[in-house]
Amino acid sequence: MIDRTPDAEPFIHLDGVRMVFRSRGREFLAVSDVTFDVEEGELVSIVGPSGCGKTTLLKILAGLYAHTDGVVRIGSGATAFDPGRDVGMVFQQALLLKWRRIVDNVLLPAEILGLPKKESRERAMDLLDMVGLVGFEDKYPYELSGGMQQRAAIARALVHDPKLILMDEPFGALDALTREKMNLELLSIWQKAKKTIIFVTHGISEAVFLGTKVVVLTAGPARMADEFEIALPHPRHLDIKTEKAFGDYTRRAYKLLGME
Amino acid sequence: MAVVDPNRTPAGGAREPGRGKVNETVGHWILVVSIHVAVVILWYLFVAWGDVPSYVMPTPLATIESLGKNYNWLHNTIVTAGEIFGGYLLAMVVGVGLALVFSWFRLLEVTFMPLLVSLNMIPKVALGPLFIVWFSYGVGPNIVIAFAICFLPILLTTARGLSEVDPDLIDLVRTVRASRWQVFTKIQLPGSLPYIFSGMKVAVVLAVAGAIVGEFIASEEGLGYLMLQVQVTLDTAAMFMAVLLITLVGVVLYWIVLLLERITVVRDARLD
Repeated sequence: MIDRTPDAEPFIHLDGVRMVFRSRGREFLAVSDVTFDVEEGELVSIVGPSGCGKTTLLKILAGLYAHTDGVVRIGSGATAFDPGRDVGMVFQQALLLKWRRIVDNVLLPAEILGLPKKESRERAMDLLDMVGLVGFEDKYPYELSGGMQQRAAIARALVHDPKLILMDEPFGALDALTREKMNLELLSIWQKAKKTIIFVTHGISEAVFLGTKVVVLTAGPARMADEFEIALPHPRHLDIKTEKAFGDYTRRAYKLLGME
Repeated sequence: MAVVDPNRTPAGGAREPGRGKVNETVGHWILVVSIHVAVVILWYLFVAWGDVPSYVMPTPLATIESLGKNYNWLHNTIVTAGEIFGGYLLAMVVGVGLALVFSWFRLLEVTFMPLLVSLNMIPKVALGPLFIVWFSYGVGPNIVIAFAICFLPILLTTARGLSEVDPDLIDLVRTVRASRWQVFTKIQLPGSLPYIFSGMKVAVVLAVAGAIVGEFIASEEGLGYLMLQVQVTLDTAAMFMAVLLITLVGVVLYWIVLLLERITVVRDARLD
């Protein structure tokens, strides 16, 4: 399902990306040596400890930070990319507006972009259906559990039909069981929505379970250690976590992070 | 094997409005009324059994009967209420307005906020005599005193509310190129409402105090003025009645604020 023709232009191309923050005359290296490609429709996990620059990298991809060095190209000849409307974001906190009903929260990016109201609402309802929140559209955020709020946040990231979804530890604040469930759900959403997703996490097992590819970043100094593809078939179920190949992949990531 | 079905999640985690809610509300109000009635009864018993002279403390009944005396109750109450509401409204407009200006022009906030915080430390009541010198006496100056004493809490809480926006949320809307105006109308302003209301609630009590202090210092009408008049004749019952009416005006204002909060702020977002 993922086109990896060697000659084809990848959807995202990063080469030697470096980011240096300067404050009070001192320099702080947040990201370095980041080189990897993402094909359209991939779900790439970026894994690493705190301080490895994964959030910074995500913000560079979102167009929120200007990187210091290297090449960041998003979009290809086959797929145009408009940085002002083709990014959807999900954070660790659902960040739903307390005073808006769930459907109106989902509609926020569409409203800001000035998309047609009726179509947007229909799309929001379809998305709520997709993330399993039918019947909750008129509830307020406080009436939903943490996992449900995060699903609404995912629907919100999809409402303007962006080509790239960036997720920053989206399930990091959830309890372990809900997190497993959300992982499965994310895979099913990814397959239905057919989006390119970049998923930042510090959970190695989560990264391997979700990703078509895993990018490993290390801290102190921040740099990219390696990337490797996860050749486990989709759709994936929790059973694959007991397979030898899964164990090999996670071991490889642990090794790269110096935790063997 | 239907052990994990990610598409069907029961509403287990969600809170649903309980059925006992109505009973709870009724119970709550019975309690509210009872405790007030109990205080009035205790008041009566204290005066009746303690042989307290009526010029020290009147009975509840004598207090109400004082309404029959020709003290121009209605007019004085309207004057005081006008001062309180006037000062309060002015404080809301100026307080919220200044906070908005501060949130738009950061430099102004950085420059003037420390000054305002210092000014807030001045006991505004102590400025009363000065206001009389500056503005003469009457309803107008009393409105100014009520305003001066209650606008800073509104300004400070509103400014705080406007600045309390999650940076991630700003990033999220920046990815879809939200304008400053959109961030303001869709996120900042509605998000600051609970803060504005918490300041407004504090300000009610202050506005009442401000107006009465103004009337104490120099005035020819109003409930505070009336209290000083009847104090001379030791008509304690009328003084009690004046205090009750002042309280009532404050309570009415407070209820209006609560009602507005109910209408505009979602339950979960309210600060109490």
